Amino acid sequence: MAEQTDCAVKTLRDVPIGATARVVKLVGEGQVKRHIMDMGITKGVDVTVRKVAPLGDPLEVTVRGYELSLRKSEAENVLVA
Amino acid sequence: MALSIALAGNPNCGKTTMFNDLTGANQYVGNWPGVTVEKKEGKYKADKDVIITDLPGVYSLSPYSPEEIVTRDYLLSGTPDAVINLVDGTSLERNLYLTSQILELGVPVVVALNMMDLVEKRGDKIDVDALSKQLGCPVVPTTALRGKGLDDLMSTAIAQAKAGKAPKPSMKFDAAVEDALSQIEAIVGSAVPANEKRWFAIKLFEGESLTEQALKLPADSMDKVASIREAMEGKLDDDAESIVTGERYDAIAHVVDRCVKKAPATMTTTQKIDRVVTNRILGLPIFIVIMTLVYYISVSTVGTIATDWANDGLFGDGWLYTGTEQYDEAVEEFEAALETAEGVAAFEAGTLEEPDPAEFGLWHPGVPVVVEEWLTSVDCAPWLQSLLLDGIIAGVGAVLGFVPQLIILFLLLSFLEGCGYMARVAFIMDRVFRRFGLSGKSFIPMLISSGCGVPGVMATKTIENEKDRRMTVMTTTMIPCGAKLPIIALVFGALAGEFYEGTWWVAPLFYFLGLFAIIISCIMLKKTRAFAGEATPFIMELPQYHLPTAKNVLLATWERVKAYIVKAGTIIFLSSIVIWFLLNFGMYEGAFGLLDTEADDYIQYSLMAGTGSFLSWIFMPLGFGNWEAVATTVTGLVAKENVVATVGIITSLGEVGEDDPTIWASFATLMGGSSVAIMAFCAFNLLCAPCFAAIGAIRNQMRSAKWTWATIGYLCGFAWVVALLIYQLGGLATGEVGFSFWTVVAVVLLALMLFQIFRPTPDFQKKDQKKAAKLESAGEAKANA
Repeated sequence: MAEQTDCAVKTLRDVPIGATARVVKLVGEGQVKRHIMDMGITKGVDVTVRKVAPLGDPLEVTVRGYELSLRKSEAENVLVA
Repeated sequence: MALSIALAGNPNCGKTTMFNDLTGANQYVGNWPGVTVEKKEGKYKADKDVIITDLPGVYSLSPYSPEEIVTRDYLLSGTPDAVINLVDGTSLERNLYLTSQILELGVPVVVALNMMDLVEKRGDKIDVDALSKQLGCPVVPTTALRGKGLDDLMSTAIAQAKAGKAPKPSMKFDAAVEDALSQIEAIVGSAVPANEKRWFAIKLFEGESLTEQALKLPADSMDKVASIREAMEGKLDDDAESIVTGERYDAIAHVVDRCVKKAPATMTTTQKIDRVVTNRILGLPIFIVIMTLVYYISVSTVGTIATDWANDGLFGDGWLYTGTEQYDEAVEEFEAALETAEGVAAFEAGTLEEPDPAEFGLWHPGVPVVVEEWLTSVDCAPWLQSLLLDGIIAGVGAVLGFVPQLIILFLLLSFLEGCGYMARVAFIMDRVFRRFGLSGKSFIPMLISSGCGVPGVMATKTIENEKDRRMTVMTTTMIPCGAKLPIIALVFGALAGEFYEGTWWVAPLFYFLGLFAIIISCIMLKKTRAFAGEATPFIMELPQYHLPTAKNVLLATWERVKAYIVKAGTIIFLSSIVIWFLLNFGMYEGAFGLLDTEADDYIQYSLMAGTGSFLSWIFMPLGFGNWEAVATTVTGLVAKENVVATVGIITSLGEVGEDDPTIWASFATLMGGSSVAIMAFCAFNLLCAPCFAAIGAIRNQMRSAKWTWATIGYLCGFAWVVALLIYQLGGLATGEVGFSFWTVVAVVLLALMLFQIFRPTPDFQKKDQKKAAKLESAGEAKANA
């Protein structure tokens, strides 16, 4: 939780559309974290944010050569540089 | 001896296509024990001694979803002689992540490198031999969509199964992690077979409780493993699960670097389509157009024609294909003639006859007509004839009547699913539905349910998450379907009478009541033990668009329709007989027996009337505690259309429509002239358990008697509470109902509902722990005493 209150930490949610960021760390725990990792978002991988859904959430990103959608709340668990 | 080969792979990698190709029509669809995950098996077309099992599509073998657990349990069970791991060549990295886990299980593996045509089209080059060497198992390039490479794949798989050789991958993790794993392997020792050692070592390193419980290692071994894990976690500043996942993907990146020459990245076709289809501005309009089309084709136009044909033609009087206009004119003339005294006289004298549709064009009589003729010709007893015609054929026919509509709906849905649009539906609608604990995929069932609940419930099939699917099944029939509209019209008429302009708001009100009931039900259910838990994550692949093959769409449609016919059919068959018995038997003039249904008031003597009186105390607080209203509600279970018909029979008006002012008046009298009682009656009938056909569909989707009963119970209970609130509190407000014990009950129930809606979700895990602690301390206290 400490990471989330720290404003200096950038998460996947803050990456502007069209930009690419490298994953530094995953926070959170349990099923959601494991699921994010299973889908290929792991430390050191490049993630490109493609777009936001018409109603403003979820996001669409490209990771490891395929398209993945995840909610903004879930994107907050992914710390990026 | 028969060989067993399992088919494993990610969702959307072409597994279903390959399975259909390999097995042809020899498929058996069932359930994995204990879960609602579908289990498909089939015999290999070219060699009937080979049984192929289609495992659920998964991304990983982690222990979090029923699909993943089923897959790993099956692969570890020793049943499959070999595994074909289907890998999508266009998304190799993510697909090999599952492969890297399957390779550790000690079962012979063949990797089918699928979608090779797309790989070539992109200009990528995959070195198959190098990949095979890295993975330590045979790799066969295939294109399942065109059936390419399947023979080669199967012969390799059969050879591997017979040889029984476990794969020897040369993918290695970081040296420090490998060191930790070999230490754990030494601790495990001979507790597991040698070729499964790495799998168990990794699971123990991750600290996975499922595996720890299964292995039951001595406590000191577990402590050693824990200290190894903690040392690694401290060293790499990450938890063990993350370390392993990261290492896997790193090792795969290494393999892909060596084996794949990627063409320079350009925009894929899927990305180009998605630029339009899920566009921030165009996405919603396109979605609305597609959904409107699905709704109109399956519910309004083609679907209605098909259902009308099946209900009125096949299971009704018959169907006239040509010359319908002339026939309608003749019927009008005939009816006009009957209005006059001379006409009636002529009709009774036999000179005026009802027009025969068979004379006007191509006509076929319905099943009941044919059966009736045949039964009469063999001198069948009247009661048996009535049971067969009014009970069984009418009941089962009402259900089978939905089959044409289901076929059309499933053709459309299978197509949308197969081409990849369904995932986009979820993407677009997620924002709306997750507010009350569902995902975007619940939209389609609810849309379809506004036409008919049966296909609506069946459409929940496309929701992968079990909790979401159950919750959608439980609530989706609260939307007023086509058959409930006559009830609304009846109530509307009874309330408005002559002054219908002043009460235009009644019909839309009940639609909003349905929507509102779904929303608050979802919010309340989400906070119960069965549905609580982390919000369903929405981390979902947006698969590549592709045209599904006709064979896949047809097979998927057939599978679903068949399941409906079989499961729904059995329930409806029995229920129809019970309802028929209740309606047609009773005490008349001191003797129990079959009633004369030609008599005007026969229903008063039927068992149904008795049942109605017996159950009426339940409905007393709702304002309609007389047997007539109760009997009406019960017959509504067979089909909601029956509600209006039963009101007609009970009030001795015979066959009148819901828009006939005389039935409005007699219905209002039946309800004691109380408008709140009428509203309560309507609310109960709209929200309570749906018709038998829909209940059959619910049983089919829940795949569990317990959940089916839970759904029926919840719907009836909820409907009762809503009707109580309307009658007691609404009546108190308008002064129609006085303050009584039931007013207090209504207030308490309302307060409980509000509490359930607004309270935070209770932490059931914590509660369980507390309970366990309490039990323990109680046990200790007992032991001390």
